[in-house]
Amino acid sequence: MNLTEKYDLGVVKWFTIMASVYLVVGTLLGVYIASELAFPFLNDLGTDLPYFQFGRLRPLHTNAVIFAFGGSALMATAFYIVQRTNQVRLWSNKMAWFTFWSWNTVILLAVITLPLGLTQSKEYAELEWPIDILITLSWASYLYNFVMTIHVRDRNKVPHVYVANWFFMGMMVMVTYLHVVNNLSIPVDWFKSYSIFSGVQDAMIQWWWGHNAVGFFLTAGFLGMMYYFVPKQAERPVYSYRLSVIHFWALMFGYVWLGAHHLQYTALPDWAGSLGATISLAMIIPSWGGALNGILTLSGAWDRLREDYILRFLIMSLAFYAMATFEGPVMAAKNVNALSHYTDWTIGHVHAGALGWNIMVAAGAMYHMIERIYNVRMNQKLMATHFWVHTIGTVTYIVAMWVSGIMQGLMWRAYDEYGTLAYTFAESVSAMHPYYVMRATGGVLVLIGAIIMLINIVSTIRRSESVQTANA
Amino acid sequence: MANNNGKESLQTKLEKNIFAMYLFMALAVSLAGIVQIVPLFTNPETIKDEVTLADGSTQSLLWQRAEDQSLSDWKAGDGVRPNTPLEVAGRDIYQREGCYLCHSQMIRPFRDEKERYGHFSLAVESVYDHPFQWGSKRTGPDLARVGGKYSDEWHILHLRHPQALVPESVMPKYKFLENAMVDGEEIATHMSGLRKVGVPYTDADIASAEKAVAGKTEMDAMVAYLQTLGTMIKFENGVTYRE
Repeated sequence: MNLTEKYDLGVVKWFTIMASVYLVVGTLLGVYIASELAFPFLNDLGTDLPYFQFGRLRPLHTNAVIFAFGGSALMATAFYIVQRTNQVRLWSNKMAWFTFWSWNTVILLAVITLPLGLTQSKEYAELEWPIDILITLSWASYLYNFVMTIHVRDRNKVPHVYVANWFFMGMMVMVTYLHVVNNLSIPVDWFKSYSIFSGVQDAMIQWWWGHNAVGFFLTAGFLGMMYYFVPKQAERPVYSYRLSVIHFWALMFGYVWLGAHHLQYTALPDWAGSLGATISLAMIIPSWGGALNGILTLSGAWDRLREDYILRFLIMSLAFYAMATFEGPVMAAKNVNALSHYTDWTIGHVHAGALGWNIMVAAGAMYHMIERIYNVRMNQKLMATHFWVHTIGTVTYIVAMWVSGIMQGLMWRAYDEYGTLAYTFAESVSAMHPYYVMRATGGVLVLIGAIIMLINIVSTIRRSESVQTANA
Repeated sequence: MANNNGKESLQTKLEKNIFAMYLFMALAVSLAGIVQIVPLFTNPETIKDEVTLADGSTQSLLWQRAEDQSLSDWKAGDGVRPNTPLEVAGRDIYQREGCYLCHSQMIRPFRDEKERYGHFSLAVESVYDHPFQWGSKRTGPDLARVGGKYSDEWHILHLRHPQALVPESVMPKYKFLENAMVDGEEIATHMSGLRKVGVPYTDADIASAEKAVAGKTEMDAMVAYLQTLGTMIKFENGVTYRE
């Protein structure tokens, strides 16, 4: 019996396709707004319209890459992994399709409302309240279906729930909390609401959400992918079970504290920010433990990296994960934060994670799933091109933002020999121009990579399905 | 996985019972919020709204408004007050256009920030800000104390065409704000909404909204909002505003 008969994989296939479509859309938006910072005339293109301006499109970019691409990739992989590791069909295939359609409706509504300026103005939680309610329903169906699928497994065949499932579930639990609390607001009409929190408390709750959207949505969930696809692709068991237990609980407990490091030296009480910074430093231990757990799974089989591009994506993603989780604690340290906060360094750090870790591990996972579902080998040349274009693009992006971020921080605090500020703000803006061009170039490479992946995935599916129909 | 002594560890039990694991996860992720966030609501020190002046008297940083006073009775330096209807409209536009994505409203207590932007920001200054607008990125300069730094005319010219005044600027043009009128009824609804979340507006304040914004463009509203930023507290030397 092949996989498609044994499991509910239709919804997995469609989430995978949509994830690769949204990656193209999200990175295209990213390239456009990055270009606006380098060439401001792109904001209006000679018209007098606000719809393409940075302030309107930036939330659409972040929502497209985090929730449209990241969310679809998480849903595809979660529904795949939960069936494979528990050797059981989805608890409800219908409910999974509800998740699919409601999630895609959310994305469609985001594409309509954000350029119109309908926003709560909380970063990564811009969508207005009716859409937030739809997100809650969609997310609840995802969580419920996932937990119930694990629950109805045959306990004689699968007594223990595999580690990848814990990570996915932890992500689902925490994101429910975060989304509901951070979006508590009083509507004034269908398109506008005001947060029930204000000032300092609102700031803390927003960054509790903001950092854990990264810590759970983009880290715990994607680690779930890592814990399944790295051992599967390498055809070896995960390096250390014990390390994965420690990795998991340290992450669940620890990540939640970090939001306050976004608010150091602000009007947030000092103790809260320092607490956030201290635990941020400690988080380097579980993060590196997890990265090593993934990378060392390959020990004794390093030669596989030579010809296996899926494995290359997965291992490279872990290298970036290790890099970004080292950089994060460094930036949370108070004296570094004093320099790096408010600068492009933060943007660079986020993209080290998003481009280096998230896109790479998801690409590896998505390529792996398509190959397994259809029992084919995908176009290796396209995959190799994607790998190199994406890696070079990511490095170009990160380096540009390191230089511009640190330069901004240094220029803003520089004094001349008379003891007055050495640079006006405008001088720091014009000094950024070459790096903004460089960053946009890196983004173009990532976009090209995303297009290559979309072509490879769609053409493989079409080819395989036409063969299947012919054989039937 | 079984322990050496043959008894099942807690971890093993959790791995076999998904609902128990769910519970432990929910517990693990809740702790930080309880320790780090809840005290911000319960501890009155979080938002210091009173200072001791040099002569030993205490001064409230919040505007102490008499019952018969309207928003227009407030004078610069009287303390933090709710926004006027026109400023509410301006703030709505500030949110709509995503200004917070490139401009912070939070000055940190560093020498260079003091010289560039002014006195560091206090928690009490954003007590009526639903949601907060502290921002996270300075693609443009901080705006926490931009109020009164430039003339209204400067702001209008700058919003119309930023590069005409600051050639290096990468800011979009906001000329379209001049073509849109502020809707008084809508602002009154927004003020009632803000009152529900805790901004102390009176019935009279809300009733005054329509008249206050009549004939005003979105550009007027935006400038009014910008001109009020950071001007509500009059800072004095020798007073401790933050421990």
